[in-house]
Amino acid sequence: MLKITNLYKTFNPGTVNAKTALNGLNLTLNDGDFVTVIGGNGAGKSTMLNAIAGVWKPDSGTIEIDGVNVTNMPEHKRAQFLGRVFQDPMKGTAPDMEIAENLAIAARRGKKRKLVWGVKKAEREQFKELLATLELGLETRLTSKVGLLSGGQRQAVTLLMATLNRPKLLLLDEHTAALDPKTAAKVLELTDRIVNENNLTTVMITHNMKDALTHGNRLVMMHEGRIIVDVEGEEKKKLTVEDLISLFAKASGKEFANDRMMLS
Amino acid sequence: MAFLNALPGAVAQGLIWGLMAIGVYISYKILDIADLTVDGSICTGACVCAVLITNGVPAWLSMIIAFLAGALTGIVTGLFNTALGIPSILAGILTQLILYSVNLSILGGKSLTTVDARTNNLVLNMSDNPKAIIAAGIIIVAVIVVLWLFFYTEVGLTLKSTGDNPDMSRAQGVNVKFNKVLGLAISNGIVALAGSLLAQYKGSANINDGRGAIVIGLAAIFIGLSVSTKIKPNFVVSLIGVIGGGIVYYVIYNLVILMGLKTDYLKMLSAIIVAIFLAVPYLKNEYFKKHKPVAAASDANAGGAVNA
Repeated sequence: MLKITNLYKTFNPGTVNAKTALNGLNLTLNDGDFVTVIGGNGAGKSTMLNAIAGVWKPDSGTIEIDGVNVTNMPEHKRAQFLGRVFQDPMKGTAPDMEIAENLAIAARRGKKRKLVWGVKKAEREQFKELLATLELGLETRLTSKVGLLSGGQRQAVTLLMATLNRPKLLLLDEHTAALDPKTAAKVLELTDRIVNENNLTTVMITHNMKDALTHGNRLVMMHEGRIIVDVEGEEKKKLTVEDLISLFAKASGKEFANDRMMLS
Repeated sequence: MAFLNALPGAVAQGLIWGLMAIGVYISYKILDIADLTVDGSICTGACVCAVLITNGVPAWLSMIIAFLAGALTGIVTGLFNTALGIPSILAGILTQLILYSVNLSILGGKSLTTVDARTNNLVLNMSDNPKAIIAAGIIIVAVIVVLWLFFYTEVGLTLKSTGDNPDMSRAQGVNVKFNKVLGLAISNGIVALAGSLLAQYKGSANINDGRGAIVIGLAAIFIGLSVSTKIKPNFVVSLIGVIGGGIVYYVIYNLVILMGLKTDYLKMLSAIIVAIFLAVPYLKNEYFKKHKPVAAASDANAGGAVNA
């Protein structure tokens, strides 16, 4: 479903701030894979997702989604294959527009947009049913501006938008990091349910090692712009947080000294 | 009494500038771009219309061509911004300067072209204010209805989301660059249409028409929205509010002249009005916001929960 080959990206090349964010990254995802991605700050996790989404062009290497080489495809065209949820709950929805309008824009991802009514009546009913599955009481607030919702509600709506038009690949960039623990747990539970129901191929970045272990069928650890650990299936199920720490030390030759990850 | 005599003229002019402010509303409020092209494109609309009418083209056709000319100026600014990566404010300034030369050449190198209402069949003119008010009113209603329909279409919704959240728009497959160009074309088309009305109303197109138009447009928007958002913050009410803002602006303008203020100071007055409207929300936030007690802060946290 996804094939990343030898991907390189350096930000601010030739300056003192030069930062090699992706350093020969290789990753292949099979149809239906749910991969959790962990790694310290600056390991290249978000850079990898942005490369897949096409936020900028990589320096070299190729990205294929479902057999299509998208390396040079602009971000808005690539969107037809992708569902994305960002770390910042404000980023995934248009605050000044109604919930129904946001969903309607998402429902037309990858389709030609025409000069016909933007939110159809039948769609409103469909959106109502979908919103009801979130169990947040949003099904009665179709015409409310999204800006009035809480961060968790907005993230849940974004998740719905990302998966409305079944994407070939769902990209979750620490999408619960900005939420309080209770809300984060709820959004994660929702994520699991939507991913399983639709059998979505998913990449989920998280800084929480426990979440990385309990979700998905595969776990990938990044360090200095490449993947240093890649486990799946039964092997992943048996992993513990302690295992991850020693795996990191063995693969990178360094202590796993990242407070943010240790604490969470 | 003098004021009552001046009132119909003020309303007619207010409607024309209100229409221009609707164009500015699309760039400033919907696309979130402060587009300075309008100072040039309103003049382009006036010049194109005046020259065409004096050459025997019917007024209504001249206005349509003026609209298209204005749309073209918006496309230029849009391409400067999206295809060449020039910041939007600078892109607008560049187009504005280009338009000064273009407008001069439209006027045939002169700074003024007159359109005599007695020899040409005009849509509106200051010689008959009641008729001018009706004509401008009909055009405005038509423009608002078309915009209202358009902004609820599939394309229109993405134009709104482009200004509201470009990240979200791109992630949902919206071509943000194309939408900016399209939005600026519509915006400046409407501004030029207002320019074509202005030329007919005044009976002339002047190379200096439109200097400071953006400021008048913003003033009309701020005055209008300060009232309309309190009534109902939806699209159509906002546009009607903007038209109202244009009228209020011109009534005040005429009042100030009647009170004996030198007309030299009027542009300064416009700028100060806009500065005040822009500054008030900032000042409120910066100097008059009370510190929240601890209890309120924890309420805010609770509000962040999904179940809130």
